[in-house]
Amino acid sequence: MLSIGHYLFLGLALFIIGVIGVVTRRNVIVILMSIELILNAVNINLVAFSRLYGDVAGQVFALFIIADAAAEAAVGLGIIIAFFRNRETVLEDEMDLLKW
Amino acid sequence: MTPTGYFLEHLWLIPLFPLVTAALMLFIGRRLPNAAVSVLCAGSVGLSFIFAVGAVMQLLSADPEYRVAQHILFEWLTPGAMRLASGATVPFTADWGYLLDPLSSVMVLVVTGVGFLIHIYSIGYMGHESGYYRFFGYMNLFMFSMLTLVLANNMLLMFVGWEGVGLCSYLLIGFYFLKKSASDAGKKAFIVNRIGDAGFILGMLLTAVTFGTIRFTSAGLANVAADSGVRQALEAALGSHALAYGAPVFTAIALLLFVGACGKSAQIPLYVWLPDAMEGPTPVSALIHAATMVTAGVYMVVRMNAIYVNAPSALVVVAVVGVVTAIFAASMALVQNDIKKVLAYSTISQLGYMFLALGAGAFAAGIFHLMTHAFFKALLFLGAGSVIHAMSGEQDIRKMGGLWSRIPVTAWTFLLATLAIAGMPPFAGFFSKDEILGRAFERHWALWAVGFITAGMTAFYMFRLAYLTFSGYSRADEHAQHHIHESPHSMTIPLMILAVLSVIGGWIGWPAALGGSNHFEKFLAPVMVTHTEPLLGHEGPLGALASPDEAARIQRSAPEQEKGSGPTEYFLMFASIAAAVAGIWLAYEFYGTKRFAPELIARRMSGFYRVLVHKYYVDEIYDALFVNRTKDVGTLLGQFDAKVIDGVGVDGAGWLARFTSKLSMWWDKWIIDGLLNFGAKLTQLLSFPFRFLQTGTFSSYALLILVGLAILLAYYEQHLHVVLRGAR
Repeated sequence: MLSIGHYLFLGLALFIIGVIGVVTRRNVIVILMSIELILNAVNINLVAFSRLYGDVAGQVFALFIIADAAAEAAVGLGIIIAFFRNRETVLEDEMDLLKW
Repeated sequence: MTPTGYFLEHLWLIPLFPLVTAALMLFIGRRLPNAAVSVLCAGSVGLSFIFAVGAVMQLLSADPEYRVAQHILFEWLTPGAMRLASGATVPFTADWGYLLDPLSSVMVLVVTGVGFLIHIYSIGYMGHESGYYRFFGYMNLFMFSMLTLVLANNMLLMFVGWEGVGLCSYLLIGFYFLKKSASDAGKKAFIVNRIGDAGFILGMLLTAVTFGTIRFTSAGLANVAADSGVRQALEAALGSHALAYGAPVFTAIALLLFVGACGKSAQIPLYVWLPDAMEGPTPVSALIHAATMVTAGVYMVVRMNAIYVNAPSALVVVAVVGVVTAIFAASMALVQNDIKKVLAYSTISQLGYMFLALGAGAFAAGIFHLMTHAFFKALLFLGAGSVIHAMSGEQDIRKMGGLWSRIPVTAWTFLLATLAIAGMPPFAGFFSKDEILGRAFERHWALWAVGFITAGMTAFYMFRLAYLTFSGYSRADEHAQHHIHESPHSMTIPLMILAVLSVIGGWIGWPAALGGSNHFEKFLAPVMVTHTEPLLGHEGPLGALASPDEAARIQRSAPEQEKGSGPTEYFLMFASIAAAVAGIWLAYEFYGTKRFAPELIARRMSGFYRVLVHKYYVDEIYDALFVNRTKDVGTLLGQFDAKVIDGVGVDGAGWLARFTSKLSMWWDKWIIDGLLNFGAKLTQLLSFPFRFLQTGTFSSYALLILVGLAILLAYYEQHLHVVLRGAR
């Protein structure tokens, strides 16, 4: 029988992989994918606790987050395409216009 | 009986007609067709002439001693107390009033009559010129000014007209203002006249402070004496001994006024503007610079004859200046080659004759010559204009000749005028000139002698002009010859009328010696103050200038006026005819038969000839003495302006402003801005370490957020624990 701890560990692992991806990767598309990982880590936590407490609200929130993630991915990819047209790059270390 | 009548009551209309049309021309003339301009302008002068004739007729209907009409339009300068030189205080006033007496009658008839003919002539002469309306506007303004001058009842109003004619003269000399020489000539006339005007003003002021009035009133005219205020003031003034016959104040007034007359009437030393004035259109030369305006000085002196009669030394000056001007100008006319210049010098010379007459005390003779001169000189100028018209604008008589049969009307009328000015009987000029020479002889034989020689010279240069212009073969070029034509009727009819006047105009002054009775002198007599007449009892600057015993003394010393027709008079008359005939004969031999060669004389007397051709170098001398000195003063003042006013004043102020603004700028830059910049620099310096946090790459921001989150979590771990536990 899988305890809540397993689910939380999975969520934590996914979260950490996602964070490491966001912080370390140069390609913005990969960073977007890492953010998806983070969001899904949160989803696992929400679903796990929903199951644990028998409260369906957590699962409803998970569905919202999935919709949100889709919207975010669409907007993020749009920005990347627009940026690529201007700078011909998708590497985030070359996106330093806001620097001092 | 005092003369009355419609025309006398409407005296003020005479100058008004031309004023109205002048205003019309100058405001809306540009939009009027030439025909309308001609009708309006010539018509208004014609109307003035009709009113003038009417007024004079009504004046003549009165007895001689009552022939004066005064029409005061309004009080111009309201009475104010004026302190006289004698110490008395009198009310001083000046009217805008018109005075018609025998003297102004003659003038007003000459001005309107000759003026009307010249206006008619101008319609033909100026027909092709641009600025037609402008020409007639100025001409009518001139007529207004001249009529104001001759009809004025006081010196101040006369001065208004005096200045007005000067202005119009300036405007009309410079009518072709695009031509440099024309605008220069206009300026010269204006400036030279200004010198004379200064004399007039001073003379007028001196008259005012001496007598307390500047109103002219005719001596011996009973009805004017009712002007009691002025009369009392004069009688009070006459109590002091300073106002006796020959008193210095009379001489001073007379000489100052004579300076004015010299300027306006082109006498030595102020004659230099008149020859240059020929730059104006020819009708202008005829009207202004021959017939009317230049005689204003003569008129003014006659108007003030009571002053002159009481200033014997001033009369000598007038006579000498007049006779010297006469011979001086005549000598210059001998060698001129420009048809208008010859006539200009001739005008100066004839004006000299008039002043000779005035200086000899023959005021009526001066006015007589003024009138006949107006006829024949206007005719000469208009004839010259007709010649120039025929010659396509050529003015050099060396390029004329042979015009006699080509333009017969012009030639015949010109010949009549030439005979008149030469003094051949029975033409007009003979009577007036003979009268002047006779009176000059009574005064001093030397005056007569110079005048006599001048008469010969006049005949010579006028016939030289006539021969060179009309006789022989044409010396013009092909093109000009082809164009020779007689002028239109509008030009020839005035010529014919003036020719008639030049012939018969002198007959009203037919001398007693030839069986006449000299109506002209008798007509003017009421205006004149003579030595023989007791002087007390007349009013105004014209009379009342000597006490009874003085008058008696003058009466004894004065020359006998009523000269019989003695042998002297016949001799003088014969001499003037002989001089004229000699002059004409010489001109005939030189230029008619060519028996004498003028070039030979010119070569033999080359030094004198050169002096004459250069007009005695008077212009050059004036340039050296006055014009260039004035310019020097101007340059000096200009340098003062540049160096001191601009240098110290303007530039100094500029430098000071720049200096203070620099100071202010330094303060702004280093103190005000410095404080601000110091704050900014300080902030920049303090914030230096923190800028490295801003990498611009969002992964580093994400890392920072994580680190921050971790720190926060670590810090609140305990608390978080509680929260989580609480939730459970």
